[in-house]
Amino acid sequence: MTAVVGTRQLRREDPELLTGEARFVDDLVVPGALHMAVVRSPHAHARILSVDTSGARALPGVVAAFTGADLRDEWAAAMPCAWPVTADMKNPEHFPVAVDKACYSGDAVAVVLAETESQAKDAAESIVVDYEAMPAVVDLEDALEDNLVIHDSLGTNVSYTWNLEPDADAVERAFRDAAHTVSERYVQQRLIPSAMEPRGVCVVPQPFAGEYAVYSSTQIPHILKIMLGLTTGVSESKIRVVAPAVGGGFGSKLNVYAEELLCLALARRMKRPVRWTEERSENSHATIQGRGQIQHIDLAADATGKITAVRVRLLADMGAYLQLVTPGIPLLGAFIYPGVYDVAAYSFSCTGVFTTKTPTDAYRGAGRPEATYAIERAIDALAKEVGIDPAEIRRRNFVAASAFPYQSVGGLVFDSGDYAPALQRALDLVGYDNLRSEQAERRAAGSTRQLGIGISSYMEMCGLAPSRALASLNYSAGGWEAATVRILPTCKVQVVTGTSPHGQGHETSWSMIVADKLGVPVEDIEVLHSDTAISPYGMDTYGSRSLSVGGTAVWLATEKVIEKARAIAAHQLEAAEEDLTFEAGTFSVKGSPDRALPLAGVAFGAFTAHNLPDGMEPNLEASSHFDPPNFTFPFGTHICVVEVDEETGAVALLNYVAVDDCGNQVNPLIVEGQIHGGIVQGIGQALFEEAVYDPDGNLLTSTLADYLIPSAAEFPNIVTDYTVTPSPTNPMGVKGIGEAGTIASTPAVINAIVDALSPYGIRDIDMPASPQRVWSAIATARSAKEARA
Amino acid sequence: MVMKVSMSVNGRAQDHDVEPRVLLVHYLREVVGLTGTNVGCDTSSCGACTVLLDGESVKSCTLLAVQADGASITTIEGLATDGQMHPMQEAFRENHGLQCGFCTPGMVMAAVSLLQEHPHPSEAEVRHGLEGNLCRCTGYHNIVKAVLAAASAPAEASA
Repeated sequence: MTAVVGTRQLRREDPELLTGEARFVDDLVVPGALHMAVVRSPHAHARILSVDTSGARALPGVVAAFTGADLRDEWAAAMPCAWPVTADMKNPEHFPVAVDKACYSGDAVAVVLAETESQAKDAAESIVVDYEAMPAVVDLEDALEDNLVIHDSLGTNVSYTWNLEPDADAVERAFRDAAHTVSERYVQQRLIPSAMEPRGVCVVPQPFAGEYAVYSSTQIPHILKIMLGLTTGVSESKIRVVAPAVGGGFGSKLNVYAEELLCLALARRMKRPVRWTEERSENSHATIQGRGQIQHIDLAADATGKITAVRVRLLADMGAYLQLVTPGIPLLGAFIYPGVYDVAAYSFSCTGVFTTKTPTDAYRGAGRPEATYAIERAIDALAKEVGIDPAEIRRRNFVAASAFPYQSVGGLVFDSGDYAPALQRALDLVGYDNLRSEQAERRAAGSTRQLGIGISSYMEMCGLAPSRALASLNYSAGGWEAATVRILPTCKVQVVTGTSPHGQGHETSWSMIVADKLGVPVEDIEVLHSDTAISPYGMDTYGSRSLSVGGTAVWLATEKVIEKARAIAAHQLEAAEEDLTFEAGTFSVKGSPDRALPLAGVAFGAFTAHNLPDGMEPNLEASSHFDPPNFTFPFGTHICVVEVDEETGAVALLNYVAVDDCGNQVNPLIVEGQIHGGIVQGIGQALFEEAVYDPDGNLLTSTLADYLIPSAAEFPNIVTDYTVTPSPTNPMGVKGIGEAGTIASTPAVINAIVDALSPYGIRDIDMPASPQRVWSAIATARSAKEARA
Repeated sequence: MVMKVSMSVNGRAQDHDVEPRVLLVHYLREVVGLTGTNVGCDTSSCGACTVLLDGESVKSCTLLAVQADGASITTIEGLATDGQMHPMQEAFRENHGLQCGFCTPGMVMAAVSLLQEHPHPSEAEVRHGLEGNLCRCTGYHNIVKAVLAAASAPAEASA
C-alpha cells in the first residue's frame, strides 16, 4: 500500500456538504423548541432607565420576555475572560443581558421567547426600552484620554498596558547610533469576520435528569462546555456540547457568547428547548470584530540598511467589554514584530482601551497579521530611506538558515526556517526584474496606469500552544490536544480528536495520518469530533494548531496502539517484540516472512481476548495528550502586483504569487485551499473591508451590502509554491498553515499600492485602499507638488 | 391570514397553506423540510440561498413563497440523480471548491445555472457569473477551477 500522507487526497467531508445533507445548527429539527429573539440597544452608549415587556408578552405565541434584571439570578458568574494579561488588568463585569447600561450598539437589553421565530421577532419589536443616551467613545486615541469613562466602576478606559522590553538600553543605544531610522504610524481598521454561517444555538434540556445538550456553531465545544458550567452554575458533567456542521469561524466562533449562555439558562428556566439563529446584521453587531489597532513602529538601521532595533507602541481597541481572549490578541503579535529579520534590540508595549463599540477578539491571524503588516510596511519604508530595493533589504536582514533554532529577541526560539530561498522563488515566479523594468517604462512614459510590486516576507508563531508558554502569558488554560485511536474488532478504526473542524478537513487529514501508520485504507477510518460526549478532552480549533498539536496527538495515539498490537502479535507468533517488523499493516518475524499476522488478526484477537499475554487488557485502544514543546513558525514570501489607475484610483490585482513553507504537508490539496482562502481574506482587509462607525457609535456597515467581503470577480488566479523546512517540534515535521495567507497578504497588497504611488511622493495609504482613498491620495499629492512648484 | 401555494420541488408536488410574508427560502427549509438551502444574510447579498426556479438561478430570500406558486423549484437536494452526484457537485469535490460548505449549495446551484446560459465560459465570465455568491473560505480560486472543469467535462454539466 502506498503512502497517502503527502498526496492530494480529496476530502471525505465533501459529499454531505455538496448535497445538502450536512446539518448546521439552524437545520436541526427540535420539536417543542422555543425561539429566542434578542432586543439590542440601538445606542452605542446609554443608560437603561426602564424596560417594558408587557406589550410583547401579550402577543400571540409569546411565552416569556425577560430584562437583564429579570435574569440576573441565572448567572453564577459574569461573562468570562480567560486571559488576564496583567495582574492589574481592568475587566468590567458584564452579563449576557445588560442591566443598567448598554455599552455598544447591539448590546442585548432584553430577550423574548415565542413558539415561532417570527412571533419572537415580532414581539421583540414591541418591547419598550427607555434609554438615556450618552455620548459615544469611538476614537481610540480619544478613549485613551478618559474624557468620558465608559465603565464607571473602572475609573478609566484603559484596561491594561503590557510591555516586552528585554533590554531598554540596547534599544535606546541602537536608535542613538542609527544611520537610518523610520517612524511609522499604521491603522489596523476593525474588521467583521463574516463567516458565511451566522451563529446559531439550540439547547435541549432533560429537566428531570438535569442534563443539557447544547448545539452551537462554535469552534470551541470543549472550552464552551467548561465556561457554560462556570457561568450558569450547571454542573459541567451535565452539559454536552455539540458543534454540528459549522460554517466557518475565522476566530469569530472562538468565544463564549451571550446567546449560548442565554439559551442554556432559559432552557433551564422554561424546561423546554430554546433556540436562536443570528441574523446577518446581528452578526455584524454582536459577534466579535477583529483588528482595531493604532500601531507605531520605529526601525533603527545602520548605513547598509541592517536593522539594529525595532520599537513598537500599540493602542488596541478592546471594544465595550473583554470577551474570552480579547486582551491577549494584540500580544500574540508581540513576539513577531521583528519578523523574519535578525534584530538584536526590541521593545514592545501595548495598551488596551475600551470604546463603545462591539468587542474585539480573535480574527484569522489574531495579532500576527497586525505585527506582520507593521514590520513589512516599515521595512519597505526603510528600503526607500536607505535607497535600496525592497527585496535586497530583506535579504540583508533575514535570519540566516544556519541560525536555527533561532533565539529571537522577543524571547521565543524559532523552530526552523530558511527565508531566502522562499523569497528568491517568489521573485522568480513573479518575474521581478522584468516587472521592475516595465514599472520604470510606465513611469518614464507618464502612464496613467502605474505598476506596483509589493513584497511581504513573513513568519508567524502558531500551533497554539505550549502550556508553559501560555502560563507565562497568564492564559487560564493549557494548549495541549487529545486523541484516541481505537481499532474495532473488524479492523475498522475510530479516531477521536479534540480538535473541532469547521472547514479545515480534519476528518480527511487525520484519517490519512492513521492510514499510513496502520496500513489500513483511509476508507476504513472514521474520525469523530466536535461532541464533548464523544471526545471528552479537547482544546478545539484556532491558532493554526489543529495539525501540529491535534494531528500529532493522533500520530502518538496511533503509535501507542501499534505498540500494544506488537505485544499481542509477538505473543501469538511466539517471537520477541524486537524481532517483529510492522509494514503495510502486517506484523512479521524478521527473516521469517511466513511467520506473519495481519493487524486484522491482532484486532480480532484483542477483541476476543482468548489468547493475550498474561495481564494484558483486551481491545486495541490508546489515547494521547500532546503538549507541544514549542510553537511552530511557518514562513514564506508573497508578492502582489497591482495596477493603479490614477484617474479613478482603482486598484487592479494583476498577479499574486505565494511561496509558503509549512514544513511537511499531510494533504497538499488542503494546504493550498487554506492559503488561497487566507490570502483573499487578507486582501479583503487591504482593499475592501472596514467596520465603519459614525461619531455616535452607530455601525454603518452592518450588512453584506455595506460591508464588502471579496467576491470572485475581484481576483486573479493565485500562484502557489512551496519550500519545505520541517519543524523539529513534532514527529511529522509539520507547521500550521490556516492563518499564514491572511498574515502575509495584507502588507503585500498595500506595499504594492504604495510602490505604485511612490512617484507621487506618497508613502502611506490607509486601509481599505478604496478607489476613493487612492484617488484622494494622488490628488492631494499632486496639489502639494503644484503648490511647491 | 394564510394563502395556498403549490409548486414542484425537486420533482415532487407540494401544496401548503403559508403566511404571505414567508420567503421562499423559509418555505423550502421549514415547510418542505429541505435544509440544504442556507440563509447567510438579510440583504440578498450572499447567495447561499440560491435555487433554480423554472431552471434559472434565483436567490430564494428575494421572493415570497407565494410568488413561486406554480413554479418548478430545484434545490441542492434535487441535483444528484440515482445516487450519483451531479457533474458540478463532482467538480467541486475534485477541485477542492469548498471548505466549510455553507455557501456551497448556493454556489453549486449558481454554477449550474451559469453553465446553462454559457456552456463554455471564460475564467473571467465564471468570476463575474458567480459575483453574487459569497464564499469566505476558498478565495474562489478552486471554485472557479471547478466550474471551468465542469464546463469542459465530456458529460455536459447541465441540470
